[in-house]
Amino acid sequence: MTSTTTERRRSEALILNTRPREDLLRNAEREARLRQLHRFPIFDVDCHVIETMHLADIVPYIQNEAIRDRYQHVPSAAALNLPSAYGDKDVAGRIYRDEHIPGTRGVPRVQDLIRDMRRMGVNAASVFPTPMLALGEHPEVEVETALGQAYNRWLIDHCLKEEPALKAMLYLPFNDPEAALREVEQLGDAPGVVGFLVTSVRRNPVYHNDFLPVYAALQERNLPIGFHGGVNWTKASVSGSLNRFLTVHALDFPLYNMVHLFNIIINGLPERFPGVRWLFYEAGLAWLVFAAMRLDNEFMMRPSEAPLLKRKPSEYMRDMYFGTQPMEYPDRMEHLELIFELLDGANHFLYASDYPHWDFDLPSRIYDLPFLSEEDKRKILGGNALRVFGIDPASLEPTGSE
Amino acid sequence: MEYRICNVEDLPEGERVIAEVGDIEIGVFNIKGRYVAYENRCMHQGGPVCRGRLLGRWEELLSPEKKVTGGRHSDTDIDIVCPWHGWEYDALTGENIADRTIRLRKIELFVDDGALVALVPDEAGVRVDG
Repeated sequence: MTSTTTERRRSEALILNTRPREDLLRNAEREARLRQLHRFPIFDVDCHVIETMHLADIVPYIQNEAIRDRYQHVPSAAALNLPSAYGDKDVAGRIYRDEHIPGTRGVPRVQDLIRDMRRMGVNAASVFPTPMLALGEHPEVEVETALGQAYNRWLIDHCLKEEPALKAMLYLPFNDPEAALREVEQLGDAPGVVGFLVTSVRRNPVYHNDFLPVYAALQERNLPIGFHGGVNWTKASVSGSLNRFLTVHALDFPLYNMVHLFNIIINGLPERFPGVRWLFYEAGLAWLVFAAMRLDNEFMMRPSEAPLLKRKPSEYMRDMYFGTQPMEYPDRMEHLELIFELLDGANHFLYASDYPHWDFDLPSRIYDLPFLSEEDKRKILGGNALRVFGIDPASLEPTGSE
Repeated sequence: MEYRICNVEDLPEGERVIAEVGDIEIGVFNIKGRYVAYENRCMHQGGPVCRGRLLGRWEELLSPEKKVTGGRHSDTDIDIVCPWHGWEYDALTGENIADRTIRLRKIELFVDDGALVALVPDEAGVRVDG
């Protein structure tokens, strides 16, 4: 130790490893410990694997022989030609994750995903794919259907059956309504399946009569349906003139969710299928203010265009569920508080991490909100999701004991 | 409490040391010959900001007609970027470059007998706001 001429006490600092891409979740573990998040169950409704890294394992599940042959020949994500591949998610390498995660795109091994979740204080999570979030815009409907079905079966066999901490809203091949119905009928009771997901980057009119059997089947099984936002950064899309990933990400995730939410409500689907629970993922919360106020105002002037509605559109929105991520970071917390109040957030917002994608949220985002009671924080972080998905809290593995 | 970090010559320009000092973790940097230290905890979500990249701030270049003609990394303004979400801070002041009211928690440093020493207040535990 260097001699000191002062009266202060001096110690040697403990020098830690400075390799930049190692143990980045050490901080997440600390944030969870500081808040003692192990005291109550935390359920993350949205985290991601990179399913395309397992394409060789998924391909044998493809039922269509011609398509199976195609991907057996070239089992790579590039062969999918999905528009979500555009854009610099990592801001020229500024954003990165621990070494076991390629880029910030997802976690290839579910065992690593579960270990990471536990470090963040999460007990269990619902998992989604990554590149396949853009599969709904695939021009070959039979390819979307074949890959979506294969992904579902691979996920059940290789992830859900093996890891009780992992649940899933399965992929609905929504460009083929009959195939979508078959997925609900065949897989709705499979282990770990808590609902079905529409990747929302797509143009399907969700009110079309072809989809009604799907909603009826979900209602009959008490399974929710989710819509997960995404981007479509092609010249032909509405975002075609945007020149930064910042702007296309800011617009597209809420945009595609909003299109489906507008169609669902104004066509009276909640009145026709009152038992269906509607979930929306990964568009933050601010868009809900626009959607609620705008729809209510239009409805007041044109109620005869939505004759099935018995209440204002925003009242139907208050029955729906919304993943919180990426939760906005306003200068004044009361602006966020109003959104929680407007949409009954205490009972209808669901904590979502989106881990390990570039804009993930830790549970502390919810836990630190100064306007929520301790009870409401616990509901948003876990209680609401466990209720919606019918999961017994006692079935969850603990995350820590400090 | 004082914590001896390392000898000055062991921290060359553009390098850093991550160290545990009492209850907190800090990053100590040599930014163009100036030594600065911050708590390794991003103001956004507590991320490992001091493990992030050090980069000359990206600047866009405009012609007299205000056309964007290109971009370059600044030679003078150096930023540290949190690897979790890309929150970017001026490495010398700790100010967030997108919102100057947000600052990393700075740790006092001094040189004593050729060593870099961090002065950490005894009450400097990790705080949870909210």
